[in-house]
Amino acid sequence: MEMVLARIQFAATSTYHFFFVPLTLGLAILVAIIQTRYVRTGDEKYKKMTKFWGNLFLINFAMGVVTGIVQEFQFGMNWSGYSRYVGDIFGAPLAVEALLAFFIESTFIGIWIFGWERLGKKAHLACIWLVAIATNLSSVWILIANSFMQNPVGYEIVGGRAQMVDFPALITNSHFLYQFPHVFSAGLCTGAFFIMGISAWHLLKGRDIDFFKTSFKYGAIAGFIAVILVVGIGHFQGQHLVQEQPMKMAAAEAHWETSDPADFIIFAGIDQENRTNSAEFKIGGLLSFMSYNSFSGEVKGLNDLQAEMETLHGPGDYIPPVAINFWSFRLMVGAGMLMLLLALLALIFQGKIEDKKVFLRLMPIALFLPYIANTFGWFLAEFGRQPWLVYNLQTLSEGISTVVPASSIGISLAGLVLVYTLLMIVDVYLLVASARKSPELLDAPAGKEGSLWI
Amino acid sequence: MDLNILWFILVCVLFIGFFFLEGFDYGVGMLTPFAGKTDGERRVIINTIGPFWDGNEVWLITAGGAVFAAFPHWYATLFSGFYLALFVILLALIVRGVSFEFRGKVASPAWRKFWDWAICVSSFLPALLWGVAVSNFITGVPIDANMEYAGNFFTLLTPFTLLGGVVTFLLFLYHGAAFLALKAGDDAVLERARGIGRVSGVVLTLVTVAWVAFAFFTTGLKSSPIALAAVAIAAVALVLSVIMAWTKRWGTSFIASAVTIAFVTVTVFAAMFPNVMISSLNPEWSLTIYNASSSPYTLKIMTVVALCLVPIILIYQIMNFVIFKKRVTQDKLEY
Repeated sequence: MEMVLARIQFAATSTYHFFFVPLTLGLAILVAIIQTRYVRTGDEKYKKMTKFWGNLFLINFAMGVVTGIVQEFQFGMNWSGYSRYVGDIFGAPLAVEALLAFFIESTFIGIWIFGWERLGKKAHLACIWLVAIATNLSSVWILIANSFMQNPVGYEIVGGRAQMVDFPALITNSHFLYQFPHVFSAGLCTGAFFIMGISAWHLLKGRDIDFFKTSFKYGAIAGFIAVILVVGIGHFQGQHLVQEQPMKMAAAEAHWETSDPADFIIFAGIDQENRTNSAEFKIGGLLSFMSYNSFSGEVKGLNDLQAEMETLHGPGDYIPPVAINFWSFRLMVGAGMLMLLLALLALIFQGKIEDKKVFLRLMPIALFLPYIANTFGWFLAEFGRQPWLVYNLQTLSEGISTVVPASSIGISLAGLVLVYTLLMIVDVYLLVASARKSPELLDAPAGKEGSLWI
Repeated sequence: MDLNILWFILVCVLFIGFFFLEGFDYGVGMLTPFAGKTDGERRVIINTIGPFWDGNEVWLITAGGAVFAAFPHWYATLFSGFYLALFVILLALIVRGVSFEFRGKVASPAWRKFWDWAICVSSFLPALLWGVAVSNFITGVPIDANMEYAGNFFTLLTPFTLLGGVVTFLLFLYHGAAFLALKAGDDAVLERARGIGRVSGVVLTLVTVAWVAFAFFTTGLKSSPIALAAVAIAAVALVLSVIMAWTKRWGTSFIASAVTIAFVTVTVFAAMFPNVMISSLNPEWSLTIYNASSSPYTLKIMTVVALCLVPIILIYQIMNFVIFKKRVTQDKLEY
């Protein structure tokens, strides 16, 4: 029971957290670019753009920050066995993340918000750049930590726990070197589709055409670059994972039996209990091609990998939940492909975007595509790691807190889900309300609210 | 000095930074609905901590990260053991963080009032609970031979620890009032903040005397010379601060209350040294800076990182206070 609740809690809090984070990562950079344009040209339009998109950035930013606090502490709360076992390694990147990234981010976001009149233009611009760099720097360190769970490196087992022996190896973990650029470009992609989606909505209404046309252009350029990166890096990352975590990728493909050449399954009915697929719709040889860029090549199946794991670690079920991995992978890749197409069209259309009514109708909906890809990408990354907490080193049942009763986890799970859900509703409401406002209304300063009540 | 001791001191420093900085913004948060009666007044109050509170909170996140990195067993035992108390603190921090951001976004009196009270309650709960937690640090808690917590939520609530909660609640309230007296540029707000500051300072002094006496007779406080020296400095600073508050020298008063907070924290850390979690079941089972720590290699890496970064952090956080050194008034609300 404790295990089920603790796992749901981690999945739920992480999913909520990562609902907000990618937009923070990407939009910070885009707002910084727009403000740079303002400082360079002195054109008030770009100042207005900075304020409009910056306001939305801040509403989203707050939720990313507060949901992140729980992430840092729940390792100790629910996973104290894990914290003892890998704390020597895992704690370090978390501490560096706080020292190097969170302090910069939190201090300079405050100066940026309140400093429009207090600082010179260039100093104020530097603040948002520091925020943009620091938020992405924080993702560097948390991904280094996550990469250790996916692909442990630079450690030795001493006295029953993992000890760091090679810090440079930890921060150059091959898993991280693929994961970070993927996450970084996914964030930029999220920011770009966010800007394009909202701009398209306004353009369709025929309001503030110049303002949103320019905004759309920034979104289109950034989106095109980002989506090419995210898809391209994702491809190589997948090939790398076939080597590094073959079980994860075999589950993502519902590939039960080792074969050469291996077929790519488009849709399947998955029967985890009998370790086979009840129905398959597939393309011959494509999985070999995706794995090795060649239509032949052996791709190991789940059943053989299970046998290998049993030889290494003793009896047990080492196959992750295949259906979740399989469908998460398809949702992520499907959303990515759609984004690629839309980003290309956006780039072609952006000069006369106000006339492309059908496309303008599509883009506000397409705003959700990165969210789908982000969420299910992490589902694949984390469910694909099961039943391991630290790949090949520690299983979930060895990592859980032994002293925390199910009732406590239940209370905190219920409380967190309730509060997160309520706050998320409020946050999305505020985002929508602010996104629909005309940028012209933004300059009504908060100071005028003084007479609101007595 | 070995690295274990250095990291114990560093964690102490991070907690000092956290209690000193977040202390005043918890205080200001609690005071929001009381020291401000109109929307504009409350905006002034919130804006006095507006550019700071997020950076202040990171001291806690960093302290948590540092404990995890340097003393993984301390991190694991503390957070799994103090589970529900910590959960309430986390929930409060979540609500608090968004309240500052959400409050101004809708121009409706009911909306604003709701978030003002959310700020107040979510500042009050951690202010109280940190005192409870810290008092448990010096009394010790049931920890078994496997470094695991063997009590429950109610084990943490004793007369002494609850009194400790009242101490930090009043200390942060007072500290926040002094901060507001320095930073608010609105006469009505100033008047109320000064009044609350003067009264809470006196009550705080009385409660603190009781808590220290309690600690002296029932905990390991008296056997640590450093803790005794620290508590003496804290006491002098507190009395000085309250006198300064009554004589309207708020700058000195605020600095003295900061010194109080710093030395109360030193008292707690010195009283438990070299333990990081004292076992009330068997002293042999306590977690110490040695049996709870990371490997020398990790400590070395983290020492290099911390010694490079902490001075830089201090520079830009101080710069932040310089940029926003002016009093916040109603006619210049930028946000």
